[in-house]
Parts: sequence; structure tokens; C-alpha cells
Amino acid sequence: MASILVIGETDDAGLTAPTLEMLGAATRLSGGLGGAVALALIGSGVGDAASAAAAAGADTVYTADADSLDTYQTDSYLPVAQGIVEQDSPSVVLLAQSSIGRDLAPRLATRLGSAAIMDSLALEIEGDRVKATRSCYGGNARQVVTVQTDPQVITVRPKSQDPLEADASRSAEIIAVDVVEPTLRAQTTGKELAESDGIRLEDAEIVVSGGRGLGGPEAFSDLEQLAGVLSAAVGSSRAACDLGWYPPSQQVGLTGLVVSPTLYLAIAISGASQHMAGCGGSKNIVAINKDPDAPIFGFSRFGIVDDYKKVLPALESAFAAALE
Amino acid sequence: MDVIVCVKQIPDPETPAAAFKVDESAMQVLPAQGISPVISPFDAQAVEAALRIKDTAGEGTVNVISLGPDTARDAIKHSLAMGADEGYHLKDDAFDGGDAWTTALALSKAIQHIGLPDVLIFGRQAADWDQGTVGSIVAELLDLPSATVLRAVELNGDSISVSRVVADGFENISLPTPCALTISNEFGDPRYPQLRQIMQAARKQVTELTASDIGADASEVGAAGARVQMHALYQPTSDVEVEIIEGDTPEEKAAGLVNALREAKIL
Repeated sequence: MASILVIGETDDAGLTAPTLEMLGAATRLSGGLGGAVALALIGSGVGDAASAAAAAGADTVYTADADSLDTYQTDSYLPVAQGIVEQDSPSVVLLAQSSIGRDLAPRLATRLGSAAIMDSLALEIEGDRVKATRSCYGGNARQVVTVQTDPQVITVRPKSQDPLEADASRSAEIIAVDVVEPTLRAQTTGKELAESDGIRLEDAEIVVSGGRGLGGPEAFSDLEQLAGVLSAAVGSSRAACDLGWYPPSQQVGLTGLVVSPTLYLAIAISGASQHMAGCGGSKNIVAINKDPDAPIFGFSRFGIVDDYKKVLPALESAFAAALE
Repeated sequence: MDVIVCVKQIPDPETPAAAFKVDESAMQVLPAQGISPVISPFDAQAVEAALRIKDTAGEGTVNVISLGPDTARDAIKHSLAMGADEGYHLKDDAFDGGDAWTTALALSKAIQHIGLPDVLIFGRQAADWDQGTVGSIVAELLDLPSATVLRAVELNGDSISVSRVVADGFENISLPTPCALTISNEFGDPRYPQLRQIMQAARKQVTELTASDIGADASEVGAAGARVQMHALYQPTSDVEVEIIEGDTPEEKAAGLVNALREAKIL
């Protein structure tokens, strides 16, 4: 029995970054709960990631490996996750605040007779409860909450926790879980991949992001040009995505992606709390906005108060010259 | 094709950060001066999705439920003005102090009381607590297939075709009825009620339901039944001091910024 079970995720490169971060958090928290850390990997071909899981902090790895689990589907993952939690009976279950975790956590918690806290930013132990700090009111407020029932199901915001230094000398017990062919009611019939050219937003060291203040979709090609000079990824505020100016897959914010680059260049973005929920963890924010009272300046290290249309061409040549 | 939409009235999420205030000891958000509460924007989009399903089907009803104090009635009225048929207001002191779990439990009991529709629709999250769990909990309690965070919903014969927003794109999912859906902001703008529709909505029926009406025991809803406990509510502070790069021309400002970034070793 583990004190904390992490329901992990894998991609082509193995364990995802949020999975490593949750194993780090689980290892730190499990000291206070006096138990071990387990990881559940659900998918197709996930067994390959088990040794990396040991190095990242897992004492036990449950693998549920089946072709039918290749794509996340609520009806197929839910009974498997339920089975692993019941087998392990942890006091805490952590999931990533991801496309999977958002969907799975509340149904799983309900099925287990408990409740879920979503999108936690900070976790600490008090007694046998995990106190989670989370953002609410679109990022305008923080609340500290605990789940009073067991298991305590909590989703963790990507990049909010530090992974452990990988230690290849660590080993883990690997338990292969039987997967029963699921009965699918909702069926995934296809997938459209968002167009993306190269740098993933979540991985980028520099992000150039635009908002409603750009005035139209055309301006995003200027942002892409600047991003090309900086080897940066391009992001967008929710307002600009909802207006159809840029793909939703590039949305930074509460309802989109969480990024924490070294440099976040916010262009014509007002700095609404729900946007800051996605970029507030950036190491340096630089804002260009013609409104000197825009809230974004309150979060920025450097700012230029001017019309972005005038500044952008000058900035592009200045960056190009500096990076030569 | 009958649809039920669950909606919530919340403080306007567009409230400027400067007007947003919290009473930390009461762990409550204080109403902002002169800014009226609104239907949670994702919920208005959920109502829009429901109305479009009814339009495609050419028959059926769209009913709305809201759990909350007197102000919840405004979210119902807004939905009725958009075109929904009937409203149900879950109103009882016993519901006070609840959490997502108790809200979902009461909603699921109310839905059973009214009659399970073909489709249940929710916003992806209420834009106050931003948890995003009620739709999934209700789906689980009623043992319904579900799909969450949707940007498109279409009635396709007897089934529902949806497009779900995921990190690297979109998934197409087909669901049988009855099913439960949650709508994301990518869905697009909901219709905005015109004066005539607001007047018409005043004549539509809103039924008030108490805990006992829906067969809920007072011990399982509201604060008594809550599974999540709040210990603190506060406003985060930013300790960043911005340095505004001055200059007479855009070129000077651009050059100044690049210099500052190099000096700070960011570039």
C-alpha cells in the first residue's frame, strides 16, 4: 500500500513532465504520510517507461498495458484507474491537470466515494490531509482546501512542482494489471492534430504571445516572424483565440496551456487574471501595451508603453542585431 | 430531443482586478460595487449548445436548472430569454455551504425528479471556483457516458457528435443518448437575448424545488454533506516591480529593451 498513488501519463518520449513533477511532489509529501509512492501507467506500450518511473521516485509501478488503452477514453480508463486505486488503496491520488486528468479525476473520485480538488498549485501535509492551494475566480483569488474523504484525489497544475533528480540506482516493484476489454459508450472516432511548426509552447524558452489588443488575426504573422528571430513559440490569449485569430491549441491561460518560459513577451495583452493563470510562472514577463494602466505591467519585469505596431518592427531588427 | 442545462450565477468574471475584493475571515468574495452578477459564461455557451440541438432535432425541450440563492434565478431567466423552455431553481437553506460534490448530488437528484433528458449539458467549469467537476460528477452519479471540454456539439441522428479540446488538437467523439457534455470557451459566442425575448421569458415558468422536493436528505447536501473543506481564501500579490523602458522613438524603446534584457542576462 502506497500513501500516494500518481496516475501518470506517457508520450513518445516516455513519462511526461507533469508525471515527473507529480512523482517529485509525491516523494516529498509521502515522508509526512509515512508511506511509499506508487505510479499507475495506463495506455499502450507504457511498460517501457517503468524503469524511468523508478528513477523518478516511484516505489511501485502499476502498468495497465493494452491496445484498447492507446487513446484516452473515459469509459476505458475509468475502470482501470478505479481497479488500480482499489488494489493499492492509497490515501492520496494525484493526477495532472491535463486533458486526461481534468476528465478522469472527478469521475474517478466520485466512483471511489470521495471528491477531487482540481488544479492545485502547492501541496503540503497537515495531519493525514493534503492541503492544496489552488487558483479560483479566474486567478483573482487563491483558496486552500482539503478533501475530507478518502482517497484524496487532487490534480496538479503542470510546472507547479519540481521533479526529483533522476536516480538510476533506484528500483521499483512492477505490477502488471489485467485489463478487461472495456465497454465503450462514448467512442473516440478520430483526432485532428493542431498545426504546429516546431517548438512546443510548453517547452519553449521564449514565448511571444498576443492578445485582443492586436486588433485582428493578421498581426499574429508579425508575432510569428518575431518568434522566428528569437526561436520562440507563439501563444495567444483566450480572447484572441475565441475571436478565431489563433488556434485554441496555442491558448495560454486558465482554460488553455500553462507555460513558464525564461522570457514571456506579452504583446497587446491586458493581463486578465485568467491569462496570468497560464503565464504567471514565467521567469520574466515583458509587456508591450499602449495602455500604461494595463494590469499586465503589474506582473512584468520590463515594459514598453506604446502601440505594438510601431514597436514590433523595431524590436525585430534590434533582436536580430543582438542575436547575430 | 430533450436537453437539460445546469447553470450558475456568479460574480462577473470580467470584473477588473482592482475591483475584486475578498473578505478573508469570512472566506468570501465581496460583491464588486456597481458590477452585477452574470450567468457563468461557459454556462451561457452550454445553453446555446442545447438550443442548437433542439433546433436541429426540430422538437423537444430545453430546460435549465440552477442551484443557488435568490440571485440564481437571474441565470435561469437569462437562459429562458435565450430560448430555453422552463426553469428549475434549487433553493433551500439546506444547500448552503456546499461544495462541488453536494451541488452535483442535488442536481442529479433534481434531474431524476424532473425526468432524465436525452442530453445533459454543463459549462466546463463555473468561472468562480474554476473547479470543473460538477458535470462529470453528475454524469457518474447518473451512470451516463460523458465528454468534457467541448468546442462543438452536433446532433447526428440518434447520437451526439462532439469535438473535444485536448492539448495537441481535437478529438472527435460519438456518444449515445442519454449522455452528459461540458462546453468550453472555444464553442463560440452564445446568442444574446433581445428585449422582446427578455419580456417573453418573464412569462415562462420557474419552479422552485427544495431539498425534500428532490428527495435529498438535509444531511447529505450543503455544508453537512460537503467533502471538500476550505481553510483560507485570499488574493495573491505580485512582488514584481516593472521597469518601463523610455525612449523618444519606437526604435529607441526597442533598443533599450534589448539592452535591458542583455544586462539582466535574460537574452
